[in-house]
Amino acid sequence: MSRLSARLSPIARRRLAVFRGNGRARLSLWVFSALFVISLGAELVANDKPLIMHYQGQWYLPLVVDYPDTAFGGFLPTPADYRDPYTREAIEAEGWMLWPPIPFSYDTLDRDLDHPAPSPPDAVHWLGTDDQGRDVLARVIYGFRLSVIFALVLTAGSLVLGVMIGGVQGYFGGKVDLIGQRMIEIWSGLPVLFLLIILASLVEPNLWWLLGIMLLFSWLGLVDVVRAEFLRARNLEYVRAAKAMGLPSRLIMWRHVLPNAMVATLTFIPFLFTGAITTLTALDFLGFGLPPGSPSLGELVAQGKNNLQAPWLGITAFLTLAVMLSLLVFIGEGLRDAFDPRHIQHAAGDGRKRRSDAHG
Amino acid sequence: MADQPLFRLEDLSVAFDDTPVVEDLSLEVKRGETLALVGESGSGKSVSALGALGLLPRNARVTGARRLGDTDLARLSRRDWQALLGGRVGFVFQEPMTSLNPLHTVAKQIGETLRLHQGLTGRAARDRSRELLEQVRLPRAEELLDAWPHQLSGGQRQRVMIAMAIANRPRLLIADEPTTALDVTVQREILALLAELRDTHGMGMLFITHDLNLVRRHADRVCVMHQGRAQETGEVARVFAEPRSPYTRELLAAEPSGRPTPIERRAPILQARRLGVRFQRPKRLFSRRPPAFEALKPLDLDVAPGETLGIVGESGSGKTTLALALLRLQESHGEIEFDGERLDRLHGDALRRRRRRLQVVFQDPFGSLSPRMPVADIVSEGLRFHHPDLDDAAVDQRVRATLREVGLPEDCGSRYPHEFSGGQRQRIAVARAIILEPELLVLDEPTSALDRTVQKQLVNLLRELQARRGLSYLFISHDLAVVRAMAHRILVLKDGAVMERGDCQAVLADPATDYTRTLVEAAGLVPVA
Repeated sequence: MSRLSARLSPIARRRLAVFRGNGRARLSLWVFSALFVISLGAELVANDKPLIMHYQGQWYLPLVVDYPDTAFGGFLPTPADYRDPYTREAIEAEGWMLWPPIPFSYDTLDRDLDHPAPSPPDAVHWLGTDDQGRDVLARVIYGFRLSVIFALVLTAGSLVLGVMIGGVQGYFGGKVDLIGQRMIEIWSGLPVLFLLIILASLVEPNLWWLLGIMLLFSWLGLVDVVRAEFLRARNLEYVRAAKAMGLPSRLIMWRHVLPNAMVATLTFIPFLFTGAITTLTALDFLGFGLPPGSPSLGELVAQGKNNLQAPWLGITAFLTLAVMLSLLVFIGEGLRDAFDPRHIQHAAGDGRKRRSDAHG
Repeated sequence: MADQPLFRLEDLSVAFDDTPVVEDLSLEVKRGETLALVGESGSGKSVSALGALGLLPRNARVTGARRLGDTDLARLSRRDWQALLGGRVGFVFQEPMTSLNPLHTVAKQIGETLRLHQGLTGRAARDRSRELLEQVRLPRAEELLDAWPHQLSGGQRQRVMIAMAIANRPRLLIADEPTTALDVTVQREILALLAELRDTHGMGMLFITHDLNLVRRHADRVCVMHQGRAQETGEVARVFAEPRSPYTRELLAAEPSGRPTPIERRAPILQARRLGVRFQRPKRLFSRRPPAFEALKPLDLDVAPGETLGIVGESGSGKTTLALALLRLQESHGEIEFDGERLDRLHGDALRRRRRRLQVVFQDPFGSLSPRMPVADIVSEGLRFHHPDLDDAAVDQRVRATLREVGLPEDCGSRYPHEFSGGQRQRIAVARAIILEPELLVLDEPTSALDRTVQKQLVNLLRELQARRGLSYLFISHDLAVVRAMAHRILVLKDGAVMERGDCQAVLADPATDYTRTLVEAAGLVPVA
């Protein structure tokens, strides 16, 4: 950590200090990172295959390799179903299996439920099952991962597009800016939701289709922010000095102007991120989102609405979304404060004081 | 009566979070006199005035006796302070652009203080406001009452500020660098106005400034401050004639001295013919395009190798526009010829390659260096681009040599600009320019943000560099004392037109136009034999 902060510029170091000083944001970042890391390994946490097993003196890795049923004394060359009581008995007779803590994947249908689906939480299904007998906790874990990855990719894509387009408009100004702004106004007038609904009737919308369509529009909000910063920064004296030195525009934009715009951009990221998650959830809720069967939080919300007699569905969906979005908002708040010059001055003042103490 | 001090500080100390800023300052202002508080930036002159009047943030600790008339300022309640400030004490601040609220008209701004302190409202407040505007010699007072701050010039705004300050007939007027942001000719009028108002209202005035010239002409007594301590207090004439403290002596000697090294004239390296700049005004829908604003009327100029051409003028005269046009950083028309090549016809890469030979140093030492880059990167950036063949070791060596040449420690390359003072930053900016080995250096007010003593050092450095490298300078400044120390020839600009040009010493000694004469008089140049 100290090596990293030694390479950072003093401003970045101060920002880091402000962010670290914000307890709520730091805690949120830790919790969110932990949740995300766990959900990244969702296959190890919730799966309907054993992690590892020993059968007839041999090691098997069902997580990685698909073994046919015949390998364990079955009759069909189909992939083995380890949850099948017959297979399970056959394996455990001549070896053992190590199951993940939640022995269900997001699409595992539990056929031996005590109650009709949706069944309430019990020792097997910690958060109950949905109306198709699938484990809710497993779906939440996979759904969380999907939402966050979707939001990450969408945010990264929007950043690249938005910063590039806003930067070019702001830096060159004049006609480029005028024409660009008018095009953006027209573009932003297109109704995104209708486009998605029309698309849903034309193709089977998968994650990448959704990402692509959303990406066409989600960068628009960034352009204004970045453009304003570039417009302001292109007249700064050190930018002029760089121009007078004969540096080409792309270098000036990259090295001198972009760092100025990064502050505004970074404070915008949390909005993009939460916006992406809620949009995906909303689309899934309406049924225009991910293909049926995907682990999606929006679908869980819809199930909660359709099965009011099973409150664990609605409550789980609500809590998951609330916790995820709140954590992101807190992190975003911390980021914004860290980049707020007033907070930095505060920190700088403290720093000065410390230094003078050290001298005195 | 006249001997009774109006405002008295005894052993005033101000500390911010235990860091002392002002220590044991004692001074007094009598009725009808001007006490000048002089010092360089950071000497604690403003802080002591603000501290004495309880206007500092809460982390400041103020100790010592302070009295205004027979009121003990150390024991006032908040309510008493509110009645006192703006009532018995008037303030005029430095920055006329930001000290008026842009969303209120002049009448409303002045009316506010009248309402708070005298209970005047409506018609009465308006009449009194107009009276005040007439007192500060603003023309068309009735019209100006309904003007917004952005419709006024800097000098007019400062007059409105003064009108607000004297609205409640204060006994003490504190003027904190009241004219620093103004042009020299306006400066004189404002200070004459303040002196007149002081006499008619029988006020005492505390005049805070860094400019010794102004002190010499507009103050009765002076208190010189340095690093939070009073160095010397006394009658202006006495202090200037026989300064007692070494610091005062240094400050008085800090007037840029010396003259540029004489050169023999050779064929010019930079020539401009009929060079002008027009700004297109925006066109309203369905109306004819208004005529373009001529920021710079077509002019000719030339600079010889090793020569300094001074460009002189007040703000808005087009000095900087001219510099930017010559550097091709600003659209212009006319011909620019550099070393026998038409610069105005070049574009893109060809122009970028030529830029190495024409470098620039800007006015603001804080704005012209990227705060996110360490000094070595700032200095070497251009070198790396123009000489991609140099390896890291060679670049590093050049950076060190250049830093040494501008008088900075060689090993400061890994530090960031904010760790340096204004004068050092300006040296970094010079290093960034000369590392490319240019033939011409455009200096756009390089000294105006610096203290006098630092200015002198920078002027000396620039002259040394010129002598050593044979550089040509285009030296832009409003400060005639600095120009006199730097320039071989000068060009006087007013409203984008050339008023006068010629040999620098000759023009300053015997101006041909009234405008130049006003400038020379306002600058109060000390004649040097």
